[in-house]
Amino acid sequence: MKTQPATVFQTSMRFGLIGGGAAVLFSLVGMVEVFGQRTIIGGVVSMGQAFVAIAMLLSAYAAARQLSSVSSSAMLTAGGLTGVTVGALLAALVLLGTSINIRDVFVSASPPLFELLSFGQSPVPGMLLLLVAGMTMGLAAAALLFLSPAMRSTAISVLLAVGVVGLLADLLRIIISQWAYVAPLVEWVFSGKGLSVPGALAIAAVVIGLDVLANRRRNKAHNLAALPATALQKRMRTGALMALLLVLPLLLGTYVSEVLDQVGLYVLMGLGLNVVVGFAGLLDLGYVGFFAIGAYVMGMLTSPELGLASLSWWSALPIAVGVTVLAGMLLGVPVLNMRGDYLAIVTLGFGEIIRLLALSDALRPWTGGSQGIQLIAKPVVGTVVLDDQLKLYYLILAGCLLAGFISSRLRDSRLGRAWMAMREDEDVAQAIGINLVATKLLAFSVGAAFGGLSGAIFAAKLGAIYPNSFGLLISINVLALLIIGGMGSIRGVIVGALVLVGLPELLREFAEFRLLVYGALLVMMMLYRPQGLWPEEARKLEAHGDGDNSNGDQTAAIPA
Amino acid sequence: MSKILVAQTVVKRFGGLMAVKDLELEIEDKSIFSVIGPNGAGKTTFFNCVTGFYKPDGGDILFQGQSIAGKSPDQITKLGIARTYQNIRLFANMTALENVLVGQHIHLSAGLVGSILHTKAMRAEEAAAVAEAKRLLQFVALTGKGDFLSKNLPYGDQRRLEIARALATKPKLLLLDEPTAGMNPREAEDMKGFIRRLRDELQITILLIEHHMRVVMGISERIAVLDYGEKIAEGNPAEIQNNPRVIEAYLGRGGAAEDHRTAGSIPATAAS
Ligand SMILES: Nc1ncnc2c1ncn2[C@@H]1O[C@H](COP(=O)(O)OP(=O)(O)O)[C@@H](O)[C@H]1O
Ligand SMILES: [Mg+2]
Repeated sequence: MKTQPATVFQTSMRFGLIGGGAAVLFSLVGMVEVFGQRTIIGGVVSMGQAFVAIAMLLSAYAAARQLSSVSSSAMLTAGGLTGVTVGALLAALVLLGTSINIRDVFVSASPPLFELLSFGQSPVPGMLLLLVAGMTMGLAAAALLFLSPAMRSTAISVLLAVGVVGLLADLLRIIISQWAYVAPLVEWVFSGKGLSVPGALAIAAVVIGLDVLANRRRNKAHNLAALPATALQKRMRTGALMALLLVLPLLLGTYVSEVLDQVGLYVLMGLGLNVVVGFAGLLDLGYVGFFAIGAYVMGMLTSPELGLASLSWWSALPIAVGVTVLAGMLLGVPVLNMRGDYLAIVTLGFGEIIRLLALSDALRPWTGGSQGIQLIAKPVVGTVVLDDQLKLYYLILAGCLLAGFISSRLRDSRLGRAWMAMREDEDVAQAIGINLVATKLLAFSVGAAFGGLSGAIFAAKLGAIYPNSFGLLISINVLALLIIGGMGSIRGVIVGALVLVGLPELLREFAEFRLLVYGALLVMMMLYRPQGLWPEEARKLEAHGDGDNSNGDQTAAIPA
Repeated sequence: MSKILVAQTVVKRFGGLMAVKDLELEIEDKSIFSVIGPNGAGKTTFFNCVTGFYKPDGGDILFQGQSIAGKSPDQITKLGIARTYQNIRLFANMTALENVLVGQHIHLSAGLVGSILHTKAMRAEEAAAVAEAKRLLQFVALTGKGDFLSKNLPYGDQRRLEIARALATKPKLLLLDEPTAGMNPREAEDMKGFIRRLRDELQITILLIEHHMRVVMGISERIAVLDYGEKIAEGNPAEIQNNPRVIEAYLGRGGAAEDHRTAGSIPATAAS
């Protein structure tokens, strides 16, 4: 096919305008500037610049890939042109922002932003630099397409690894300083803020080395006609994972333990909602209600402040979970005949009602009203009071393991299949003999139990709870983490919680833009990966590995 | 001679439309009984009344002498009636094996606690269920396809998987709604033999909605013809083929272009 300049131009413009538009948008909402304060490689790249570079790289890569069937020169041209377009849009923003005052409308269009965008130069050379940067990034992105797939994945891994390590530099530095043997490395790998240049190169070298090794192994495995993992291998893998989970907080220190605690509480909630939405297909937007009930019952029963009862955490736990399960059923009954949108709206209301009840003055003697409940008991194991992040981590881990275990057992059982059948087609499920009432109520109950457990631990962790800790945003977070990880996927819940709860905790700057990022992320997931980041495999070979697939006589015709 | 299913003046209305009008049917135990009629005649609506999807607005339906009109679909399934759907309704994102396992739901007993604890009884039950599911898959010639997501199976396989799922409920009466829809004549012929086997080998009474006349005439002991919700004829295949009202219902109306020289025999594939 002959290169058509018009196609090249059009493609470049389209992707350039999308990428540039995104870059301008992120600049104007303040993300670029906020991230500018985070250094990836000291004195070389800041996160803000990386952001702009990513916009250039991604749009140029997409444009070049679209033309990959045309010709290599078309790809390079498109890459460069797309990059320049992104640069040009940002340059236009710099021009606009430095010549007239747009801060009345765009609060974040501040001098530091423009300084950052123009690489610390005055506007005109800065704008030229933007164009040059765009061209370079665009060509580089197009060049990536000429690499072999293996090399391309190595290149991308290197960029990602350097980016992630650089971003988390502050944190990693603290962590690594705790390890006696490698502590001296810290000064060499990191500089002031972010990585040092030799540090970045070292990481690149390590990633390349690992990648080559992995490739070689993969090739070998390929030749041996990749056997599925044996039971022993599986058990060893599980054992290793468990050991890692046990020592993780010890290695990583207090701050990361705190983050892991939060991730764990969300994993627990995610596993619960996964039963309701992921398995049974009942869209519940008020899941925070169960979390709140678990926390409040725990508070009421253990806080001496209210004078209702002062049970120990452990004796209150079954009651807290039991009450939550009851609430799950109570919610379940009125919504038995509702589907889709109606169910979503009613459950949304349920979540709000619980919060408003907790807030109400009428219930103040029991819930403490807007003052909440203080002095909630901490769990005690033997003689150890679980009162810090690290000790609670193990409690939360135990909870997550239990919930994960129950989820996976149920998924592969008669009940799990009934849930999934109901999710797929409620009418047919009923016509096959499934009692919808019992099956739905069980889903709500199991989901509620996990949420209640999470709430009970949450109450103990903070020692005090307030109605405002139980807002709609929690329900949305939990649902979003399911979508990100993969609906119905147990391991996806963990990935989703790490991405949605863990990352923003580690990258505090994100917190401000949380909803924006959520929105963008969810839209992208729907478009490009609707099955989630880590969906359950079709459970081929895994669930029923006993040979239905091996000796099949596929030619059997219908006996006539 | 016992009647497994008896419909007594069954009525089903949708607003002003009488989809089923005073329908009387008696279906012999272990027979193959076909219901035919032009599109929109009310055949599927009648199936939906029998299986509890709809509650009839009048009349009664007796299954083995017991009234089932107005019972819920799961209760009716437990009594021993299973069905397939005109437009295949499998559990799309579940594997073929899982679809059949779901079909066994009412014959399994594992509850919440047993499933979590994996008790010995529960493991044995589960293993037996899987074995039974594989046996059923083999019966419908889907051996080796148990691990495919049902939505990824070819059309003919999906039709047979739907039958396997229905068989898993161990029905006494099986309702098949256009099982050969969309099949070529050769596949339809295979399906015909297969349906006959269901009755002969498994002793299941078959109530069949079908448009392929070769299939209908080839396997039915009795045939009822519906038109505008009313039964306009009933009899054995030979009687139906020569019934003037039936021919009129199929050919006389609107289809002026139809070739009237064929009057006297219903076209091999009627109205679609
Ligand atoms: N759920 C429904 N609501 C309203 N009208 C319906 C419904 N189901 C079927 N009908 C109408 O009832 C009539 C009979 O339909 P149906 O039983 O599907 O016919 P058949 O299966 O014989 O082709 C048609 O006119 C159809 O439009
Ligand atoms: Mg029909």
